[in-house]
Amino acid sequence: METLVGIVAAATALIGAIAAVTHRNAVVGVLFLVLNLVSLAVFYVLLSAPFIAALQVILYAGAIMVLFLFIIMLLDLRREEERESGLLQKVLSVIGGGVFFLLLWGAATGGAAPAAAELPEHFGSVESIAVALFTTYLIPFETISVLLLVAMVGAVLLTRKGGR
Amino acid sequence: MDTELLLKVAVSAGKVMTVLLVLSGSVAYLVLLERKVIAFMQSRLGPRRVGPSGLLQPIADGLKLFLKEDLVPAKADKWVFTLAPVVVIIPAFAAFAVVPFSGESFDVFGLTITPWITDINIGVLYILGISSLGVFGIIMAGWASNSKYPLLGSLRSAAQLISYEVPLGLSIIGVLMIAGTASMVGIVEAQRETGWWFFVPQFVGLFIFFVSGMAETNRAPFDLPEAETELVAGFHTEYSGMKFSFFFLAEYANMILVGCVATTLFMGGWMRPFPSVEALAWLNFLDFVHPFWSGFFWFAAKLFLVIFAFLWIRATFPRYRYDQLMHLGWKVLLPLSIVNVLVTAVVMLLMNSGSSA
Repeated sequence: METLVGIVAAATALIGAIAAVTHRNAVVGVLFLVLNLVSLAVFYVLLSAPFIAALQVILYAGAIMVLFLFIIMLLDLRREEERESGLLQKVLSVIGGGVFFLLLWGAATGGAAPAAAELPEHFGSVESIAVALFTTYLIPFETISVLLLVAMVGAVLLTRKGGR
Repeated sequence: MDTELLLKVAVSAGKVMTVLLVLSGSVAYLVLLERKVIAFMQSRLGPRRVGPSGLLQPIADGLKLFLKEDLVPAKADKWVFTLAPVVVIIPAFAAFAVVPFSGESFDVFGLTITPWITDINIGVLYILGISSLGVFGIIMAGWASNSKYPLLGSLRSAAQLISYEVPLGLSIIGVLMIAGTASMVGIVEAQRETGWWFFVPQFVGLFIFFVSGMAETNRAPFDLPEAETELVAGFHTEYSGMKFSFFFLAEYANMILVGCVATTLFMGGWMRPFPSVEALAWLNFLDFVHPFWSGFFWFAAKLFLVIFAFLWIRATFPRYRYDQLMHLGWKVLLPLSIVNVLVTAVVMLLMNSGSSA
């Protein structure tokens, strides 16, 4: 049963990812990216992390992707579609993609997969993640929140156009 | 094949079918209820041609929508245009999977059937996540129609839904903190243990949840995405026939969903009033049929209250202007919900230290 769900989710995730990159229309591309993100959430559920799955759908699919769509719809994309990418860009993307593929290949084939271990109690529950965030990883957690705050203040400053 | 697994799948499928059927019926009659209630408030009679007092009106409406010609604009993106109503309606119905409709399980053929499709420990988050996907359908509809009014409507809708999702999520946090769980069933049980329903300590939370819920379902006075005086019909202007009816059904299903969540989180779900007072046990008067029906009766009664408030507000308030909408969402509801979370935390901390000392 779980294998079947996993295969279907993997297939939709792959279709979503490939179509998101290859589709000529940016709006449809974003919609495929949403499909990909939702399929990934299914994987989190299968990996006994339902809380992360819910966050994946609420934050990435539900909030961030809507903003993406919003911005793409507001831009005039017809001009964007016709613009040909330059030779340098093509060469660089082939090199970058190739290196990344090699890295993935090495990670997938190198080292044996770790043996399936018994999950600790309450693994992936809201409580255990909250406890981990607010005790063991308190400092990184708070640092990230400060980082996000800085980004937010920066965005507000930039939109003020020189200030009053 | 494993018979136990097969049986489990069959029971789940049966429950899903029941919920879908009952929900579709409720949605159809909610439309009639809305027309009747608003007619009453405006000193009119409302629909009364089809059947006694217009009781068969939903069937006539459904038949009409089913038989109407299905138009697709020539310059529309056909795939996205067709998919949009589906993307709107699936989350609207799927979110009901974790709603506990009653408290008591019943036995059929030796199988214990729980009155909810599933009880997962992230129930509330599941509802938030699933319902946040519906907005894609609205955006897709507006964009694929390739027409000005739908595009404007869907842009408004996207901005509105994103803005009000934040206070909606934060308004629930107070309840989660007191209950100590995110499971829908667990939250109702927690309200039995604490002795009061959560709208008493969390009345600010309920207020924010109710207002944001109205905005999330595009209900008046937050119906800017389909403001008929400005945008014809907003994002579904170009839709007709079955595709239009999908949008329509989804809107009313979402309304029922907000009612169900408000009932479960703030109003004690399936429990009768004052569940700890033994003298009021007669309130579960349907126990002689089965305890399931008592729970279901109280759930439905509370749900009706919330829905009635929705209709009442629609008949009473004028539509917000766009800047007022954004002002209310970001400058009033958001700070209020954050203060609510902080106050809840401080009070809980004080009460805990008081009891342990």
